[in-house]
Amino acid sequence: MIPELGHFSLIVALCLAIILGVLPILGAARNNSVFMGVARPLAYGQLLFVGLAFAALANAFLSNDFSVLYVAQHSNSQLPGQYRFAAIWGGHEGSLLLWALFLTVWTAAVARFSRHLPEEMVARVLGVMGLISVGFLMFMLFTSSPFERLLPAAADGRDLNPLLQDPGLVIHPPMLYMGYVGFSVAYAFAISALLGGKLDATWARWSRPWTTVAWVFMTIGIALGSGWAYYELGWGGWWFWDPVENASFMPWLLGTALIHSLAVTEKRGAFKSWTVLLAIAAFSLSLLGTFLVRSGVLTSVHSFAADPKRGIFILSFLVLVIGASLLLFAWRAPKVGLGGKFDMLSRESLLLSNNVLLSVAAASVFIGTLYPLFMDALGYGKLSVGPPYFEAVFVPLMIPMVFMMGLGPLARWKKMAVPDLARRVQWGFAGALVLALLLPLVMGKFLSLESNKWSPMIVLGLLMAFWIIASLVISLRQRWRGQGAFMQRVAKQSLSYYGMQLAHLGVALFIIGVTLVKGYETERDVRMNVGDTVMAGGYEFRFNGVTETQGPNYVAGVGHVTVNKDGKLVGELTPEKRQYNVSGMPLTEAAIQTGVFRDLYVSLGEPIPESDGAWAVRVYIKPFIDWIWAGSLLMALGGLLAVSDRRYRIHKKTVSGSQSEGAAS
Amino acid sequence: MKPRQKRAVYIVLAIAAVGLAVGLVLNALKDNVSLYFTPTQVFNKEAPQDRSFRIGGLVEEGSIRREKDGLTVHFMITDLHQKLPVVYKGILPDLFKEGKGVVAQGKMEADGLMHASEVLAKHDENYMPPEAADALKKAEAANAAAAAASAVAPAAK
Amino acid sequence: MMRFILPFVIFLVLSVFLYKGLGRDTREVPSPLVGKPAPAFVLPLLHEPGKVFSPKEMQGRVWLLNVWASWCGACKDEHPVLMALSQQNIVPIVGLDYKDKAVDGEATLKKAGDPYSLVIADADGKVGFDYGVYGVPETYVIDKNGIIAYKLIGALTSQNLREKILPLVAELQAK
Repeated sequence: MIPELGHFSLIVALCLAIILGVLPILGAARNNSVFMGVARPLAYGQLLFVGLAFAALANAFLSNDFSVLYVAQHSNSQLPGQYRFAAIWGGHEGSLLLWALFLTVWTAAVARFSRHLPEEMVARVLGVMGLISVGFLMFMLFTSSPFERLLPAAADGRDLNPLLQDPGLVIHPPMLYMGYVGFSVAYAFAISALLGGKLDATWARWSRPWTTVAWVFMTIGIALGSGWAYYELGWGGWWFWDPVENASFMPWLLGTALIHSLAVTEKRGAFKSWTVLLAIAAFSLSLLGTFLVRSGVLTSVHSFAADPKRGIFILSFLVLVIGASLLLFAWRAPKVGLGGKFDMLSRESLLLSNNVLLSVAAASVFIGTLYPLFMDALGYGKLSVGPPYFEAVFVPLMIPMVFMMGLGPLARWKKMAVPDLARRVQWGFAGALVLALLLPLVMGKFLSLESNKWSPMIVLGLLMAFWIIASLVISLRQRWRGQGAFMQRVAKQSLSYYGMQLAHLGVALFIIGVTLVKGYETERDVRMNVGDTVMAGGYEFRFNGVTETQGPNYVAGVGHVTVNKDGKLVGELTPEKRQYNVSGMPLTEAAIQTGVFRDLYVSLGEPIPESDGAWAVRVYIKPFIDWIWAGSLLMALGGLLAVSDRRYRIHKKTVSGSQSEGAAS
Repeated sequence: MKPRQKRAVYIVLAIAAVGLAVGLVLNALKDNVSLYFTPTQVFNKEAPQDRSFRIGGLVEEGSIRREKDGLTVHFMITDLHQKLPVVYKGILPDLFKEGKGVVAQGKMEADGLMHASEVLAKHDENYMPPEAADALKKAEAANAAAAAASAVAPAAK
Repeated sequence: MMRFILPFVIFLVLSVFLYKGLGRDTREVPSPLVGKPAPAFVLPLLHEPGKVFSPKEMQGRVWLLNVWASWCGACKDEHPVLMALSQQNIVPIVGLDYKDKAVDGEATLKKAGDPYSLVIADADGKVGFDYGVYGVPETYVIDKNGIIAYKLIGALTSQNLREKILPLVAELQAK
């Protein structure tokens, strides 16, 4: 009975969404305040009913109701409780419901926190979000209802894919979806501005905090996904340029560009049509990501079962949403005048260049991801584009970007003289360069490698990271210098300024992590007999054999590896080779000892036949790898700090836009 | 600078940047794309001899053999029509199994073996990599043609 | 202004490719055998290896040939659907136990129930090869004249049974 109620709630939610998508937009066009007034209650109602549907599905999972087909496919009575909950989004139908739920959450949040906005703006924004919601709810109800019954009921379920039975996977998809869906808010604001024909700086100011929050979620989501790949896939890699990873990375790149471009539009009134286009593009890529994952057009480790019918539905939806927005853009954008003028060297021009580079980077990832599809469609045969392509294109684009990222916060709006800027940064740059040249000379010794490795790529990576940090220090010194108490001056700077700097520091840490792990990692695939030792990066790994153990829904061989350094015990690592009972799927569970400067990583390959308990074992030393995620986390924290800035909380009835208080971006 | 000159400079810069990016993309695509072949195509000498390519199919039943070092593995990839011997040194993915779909990337060497640098098996037992499915589909078509021929002339069997 | 319509044009081109990409889905493989006579064979029964079966025996009847194996995960999914279908007694289902040990095949049927009118053992997969089996499970609909009318790759579900297979069987039986 409860699953049917869930299904019914979805139908009710669809009805509400249809009204929400029509009446308020009509009302805004005709200046009918009754029609506009229904937007808020409908947004809340929609949240209520999609929430009920989600609760119904959660209940089916937690109570092991295997008469629901989706539950029978993705859960099992042996499955531990937290994974039974996470299994809700372990498959296509449920993850779609999660998508829809988050969309209604964002819609309701906009309804709740937009009291200071003009009524027709709110009506349009909520209406546009309602239309998106109509598309997703229809998709779910017509092609992929999670509430379909299985009669007669299965005695037990097929179990969740073991790869997904992991704490990281409990939170990774929700975070990522919050990000994907969150870009719909910026999109809805942009479309509303186009609809209303008022493309001034105000829409940028209103949508900024929303965009930043969505970006924060997305950053965390991608970082979690990468962390999951690192310890769960058992190869020690943290990014594979897999189509699905790319599908989340492209909107992130554009989202990053959008955050910066919104800042310029808000403060200087420049790049107006560009910003609108970015907002449309960022959300379009989120939708496209959904399409790629679910239609089976591209395959990857992450993709759901392919179903051409679903593919057609999403593609039509995609064409409708993106096509209509781009047409609207083509129709309305030419009427937008040029914004504030700026000089060749100014904060605007630096931000614009960054925007262009980020967009070009997104486009190059896009081309690499879809290239096999293009070639196949054109009849050139099947092929695949490997990670080297992405690295070869992405890195050269990021070098100038990082350079300008250091200059941006130091440059003035409108106009800046070259000698002035050069004088400000010269010592910082020189310091970064010297440090980057010298550090590799001692790095090998620090990581107890056999030799010091000095390569141009390592120097370049370090230079970029130190350059960001140097510019950050210069900027802080400028801001904190002056009369009065030091603490007062520190407190005087806006939170959004600190947020920006924190996020930039995150990028620096990220670059350090990537550079050093690429430059200094040690990887050994070896055959180990019981009692064998292998040396890697100054550590001695001893293999003490494999024992059997019983998990809640699997049996596992547990390897025992002790690690010594200079004769002292560093720790024992216990990698596992699991065999899940229901699906019979094997799974490698790596054992990792995390450290600030290095991770020790051991995973089991396979037992070697006709031997006395010998195994193929993978032994990795990964220097500074955790800096990658620490950096991502700082970026996310920086974003949070920026949105908690006071000026987003002071709601003025008449926001006039352009010139505003703080000088922070 | 006058606004017009400034505009011209912007346009030149933008074109230079886009040109650079296009150059990067094309260059990287040229070197890093691996074409995909089926065992039958390799048998017919359609695959390149001097560069890396991908091959898909099933791991033939009973064909997995390990060398003494425990890490070097020999196996056959088949599309049920032709097969290709592959050698790989390293740890295989969890779902690498006889009779299951697999994709290997590597180069043909003088010893007649494909030396794989990468072996992929998808993380779902019901899944078959699309390249593997494609290889089997093509072989199936070939078999069907043979079957049709034998149906016309049943005495031949 | 042309430059503002450019994003739309690029997107249109892209969607054409995406649409083509959908068509390249590998799971909907049209079998070259559809419309052709089902390849002949003689195979022993799984339960009674002494007896043999050949498609000729089914001449004049519409029947299903279901390829399965004890080692196949997706077969476990379609098993309840087959059980339900066999109870309705609409169409005889012949099981082809593909590349399987007879002991394992029998054990599976004993444990989960036997939906088949009869089961034949294709231990070395030779017949499966003739039929172009490239994944298990697969189901063939064969008409009264021994012509393959339809081939389903992948598991039977109540949906594809209801929407495709049963209407087709009814149509063929009425002929």
